[in-house]
Amino acid sequence: MIESISPRNDRLLLAGFILAVVLGPIILAPFGAGYPDLLQKFAIFGIFAIGFNILFGLTGYLSFGHAAFLGVGSYAAVWMFKLLTMNVIPAIIFAVIVSGLFSVVIGYISLRRSGIYFSILTLAFAQMSYNLAYSVLTPITNGETGLQITLSDPRILDAAAADRTLPLSNFFGLPMNRTWDVELLGMGLQFNVGYYVCAVALIAGFYIAMRIFRSPFGLMLRAVKSNQNRMLYTGLNTRPYTLAAFVISGMYAGLAGGLMAATDPLAGAERMQWTASGEVVLMTILGGAGTLLGPVLGAGIIKYCEQIFSSFNDQVVAAFFGFLPDWLRDAAVWITSPFVGDGWHLTLGVVFMLVIIFLPGGLMEGVTRLIRWVRGRAGGRQVTVPAE
Amino acid sequence: MSLLTVRNLSKNFGGLKALDNVNLTVEQGSVHAIIGPNGAGKSTLLNCMVGRLEPDTGIVDFAGVSLLGLTPFQINQAGVARVFQTPEIFGDLTVLENVMIPALARRDGPFRLNGWAPIRGEAQIERRARATLADLGLEGQALQIAGTLSRGDKRRLELAMCLVQEPKLLLLDEPTAGMARADTNRTIDLLKTIAGRGLTMVVIEHDMHVVFSLAQRISVMAQGTVIAEDVPEKIKGNPKVQEAYLGGAHA
Ligand SMILES: Nc1ncnc2c1ncn2[C@@H]1O[C@H](COP(=O)(O)OP(=O)(O)O)[C@@H](O)[C@H]1O
Ligand SMILES: [Mg+2]
Repeated sequence: MIESISPRNDRLLLAGFILAVVLGPIILAPFGAGYPDLLQKFAIFGIFAIGFNILFGLTGYLSFGHAAFLGVGSYAAVWMFKLLTMNVIPAIIFAVIVSGLFSVVIGYISLRRSGIYFSILTLAFAQMSYNLAYSVLTPITNGETGLQITLSDPRILDAAAADRTLPLSNFFGLPMNRTWDVELLGMGLQFNVGYYVCAVALIAGFYIAMRIFRSPFGLMLRAVKSNQNRMLYTGLNTRPYTLAAFVISGMYAGLAGGLMAATDPLAGAERMQWTASGEVVLMTILGGAGTLLGPVLGAGIIKYCEQIFSSFNDQVVAAFFGFLPDWLRDAAVWITSPFVGDGWHLTLGVVFMLVIIFLPGGLMEGVTRLIRWVRGRAGGRQVTVPAE
Repeated sequence: MSLLTVRNLSKNFGGLKALDNVNLTVEQGSVHAIIGPNGAGKSTLLNCMVGRLEPDTGIVDFAGVSLLGLTPFQINQAGVARVFQTPEIFGDLTVLENVMIPALARRDGPFRLNGWAPIRGEAQIERRARATLADLGLEGQALQIAGTLSRGDKRRLELAMCLVQEPKLLLLDEPTAGMARADTNRTIDLLKTIAGRGLTMVVIEHDMHVVFSLAQRISVMAQGTVIAEDVPEKIKGNPKVQEAYLGGAHA
């Protein structure tokens, strides 16, 4: 695999990752993805998927309810904005703690079963949380309206604003929505505070995941996936290992949820819906479960497709095929249009199927194969990196 | 001195008496073989010792402590390692990782949250794992994925995983099942070498010829009971034993 276990390769991987994230607004601008809203999504869902992969990729336990932790993180963060301060740091920390505690409870119960029963239990818990958020927990979640900040919130650490406008979430006074526009080689670049807060969290999340992957603890998690029976007769208690992985991934989800609230201070129950839980499964598998980079890649691609394909409409498609003769253009538009706009899920489905059929190990498997092929052609240097 | 004592152990599966008042004493530093035709209850006996099955009645004492009611991982931490009838290994991991895991389990106990330390830093554990692999002739396959090993190598790997833990008692369930003659002899020689170092072993085998040269004592089981227990030379001539074997499915 590209992610071979030599420390030198790991340092290179980390350095490359940091560079790519920091230069994100520049690298992605030519693809029409260099604007703050989408960049933040890349980072936030990247974190969500990295954490999910620590559970699913390493231990093989497939949770269908991780969006619940994302939602809990968002609510916790908004409550911090309401009660304490609009500074995002306490909100993010609180989001991670609350979702961590929440995942201890759900993990403790769900992990009594494995395989499909575990998946169903997590799904049931997430749907329960979703329904509770709309019903009995309305005092905490504000039901269908969603939890928002208001002028009458106490915010005990913030000095009362002189004017009667809603305060902005900020990083020690720097508003999250502050953006610097820079013109470079004819491209409009946007450097946004919110994105860089998310980027730091993403890099930290990636680094922690890398440490876990390369640690004795990470090895035990992979052993869980491989053979739990052997583990038990080897003197290892599998339960705390799976619970630790579950809670860690729940905290990543909480961090992602906290960052969502930090960039846009509101929280709604739809973040907990099963479709959101399914999305992170798709991201992880599409990119490559059990690999370090795969989940980030999967998250990026899915969010990119969502944004780009869903913004296309028939006019855009027609313009794209404008060079064709009229009758051919109409046919092309007729074929393509179900796959764009609201139909972008169709595109995602097709892409997902193709990847799973031809690259069961996800896109990272494709990358690995490509690197092998290139190295093989470059002349005989033997590639001996153990598969991960 | 006896290391393992089994007293009046019984286990029923529905109406079937898989174990019926079984007694067994394993001396410290000895190799004790349990032989008997298929279905005699040998694996059931072993499963009752390692916490996989709970016996209906009876006592299992190991080095002065009762093993009954303990979980498999607790029994292993107490010093009992086990080889399965079909090798149980970590098929997706490398051979070296397969052996490092039990070594880590011995050092760190049933659970340790060391997610920050690099596995590369575990030089001592890795050295011990590699030494054990070399001992069993698997050093050349250290970086191979364990699932791709040959059947015989998988068995040796599982043995390495047990030996790296330096157990007080090693339990082997038909360690030569499905092996060709040459491989069987090699395995028995290997077990003799290990026994020569003073490790106490219980070896289950349905082919009685395999264990004659290995064991100091042999218990013969048939239909859930121990019908004879003696030194190998006396077991051979025992008429009850001959009847059990000739009368059973096995000639
Ligand atoms: N889990 C079980 N449930 C029901 N019957 C079992 C179970 N395990 C073993 N048996 C039965 O108990 C008897 C002894 O089996 P076993 O201990 O595997 O024999 P051996 O290892 O000597 O060949 C057999 O008749 C077997 O069918
Ligand atoms: Mg058996």
